[in-house]
Amino acid sequence: MKNSLYIVIIGCGRLGSLLANQLSRVGHSVVVIDTDESTFDDLSPDFSGFRVVGEATRMAVLKEAKLKNADVLFAATHEDNVNLMVAQVARKVFNVQHVLARVFDPRREQVYDQLGIETICPTSVAAEMFLLAVASDRAARGDA
Amino acid sequence: MKVLIVGSGNTLYFLCRNFTAKGYQVILINRDREECVQLARQLSAMVVCGDGSDATILKEAGAMGADVVLAVTPNDQDNLVICQLAVLQFAVPRVLALANDPDNAEVFEKLGVSAFSTTHIVGSLIEQRVSLEQIINLLPVGEGRVNVTEIILGHDSPVAGKRLKDINLPENALVAVVIRNDQPIVPRGGNELLIGDRIVLITLPENHGLVLKTFTGERK
Repeated sequence: MKNSLYIVIIGCGRLGSLLANQLSRVGHSVVVIDTDESTFDDLSPDFSGFRVVGEATRMAVLKEAKLKNADVLFAATHEDNVNLMVAQVARKVFNVQHVLARVFDPRREQVYDQLGIETICPTSVAAEMFLLAVASDRAARGDA
Repeated sequence: MKVLIVGSGNTLYFLCRNFTAKGYQVILINRDREECVQLARQLSAMVVCGDGSDATILKEAGAMGADVVLAVTPNDQDNLVICQLAVLQFAVPRVLALANDPDNAEVFEKLGVSAFSTTHIVGSLIEQRVSLEQIINLLPVGEGRVNVTEIILGHDSPVAGKRLKDINLPENALVAVVIRNDQPIVPRGGNELLIGDRIVLITLPENHGLVLKTFTGERK
């Protein structure tokens, strides 16, 4: 893998902006796409990447972000269907090597595993952490 | 036939009315409770209120036994996911998605979902009709790879009075039928074309303009 990657992030909300700031800081080329220009205010002053305003479900917007040159795409909008669509388009139309989509609904996650789209489900992750916390709490009390 | 339609507004209403009139069993999925109530009052279709891209709602609407799922919401991402869920989770044999962004029609096909773009369809209809008013019908077949066009031969047509075999027709084009005085004729090379004939042409998108010009002449 190259030292500096070309990374496209869809959605500049809490997750998107956090990823963008950190990846840009360590020297990657980052492009963030969001429909709402004001979300770019969350980018840190030293963010050196590009900002694209537009709907990522439109081909023209993805082309503007030069998605075909991307090594990595993160789909991190708050809409599951947008993330799932953009992830598939990135993988199958633009041949992006590494594609990750955030999906809130755990049931949808299963379906997209079938289509070969790698997903992260914050709901499942959080549930696991909570359950783990409960289990270790009980173990500490010696009744597990 | 059991048709499941996810969408809203006039498209949903008139599609449903059309299909129920043909005797199909229609099920509608719409997110808006108020609109659902209206639809249920006006149409003889089952109406399910909810998010059509949610597998639970699709199941409730009976997606498992549906012959066709149509996704015509104003959001392309929803239309794609609805169709993919229908195929993957409910084994629906035929699905069709509306591509609001015309570029997405091609994208959806690449992702394995049949799609259509109303912008494409209406756009090509208007272009053809506005540029040549003698063209009275145009129908794309084979996913738009073949055009069926009906034209009326005007007084200024360069081919009026000519025999079919004397007309220099571009490659990959065909005069399928000539309708004269309401009588259809399947023409052979020896048949003459006359002013007022209605001619049904088969063309390809790449030679469509050229073929039309052959029959109607140059127009300013």
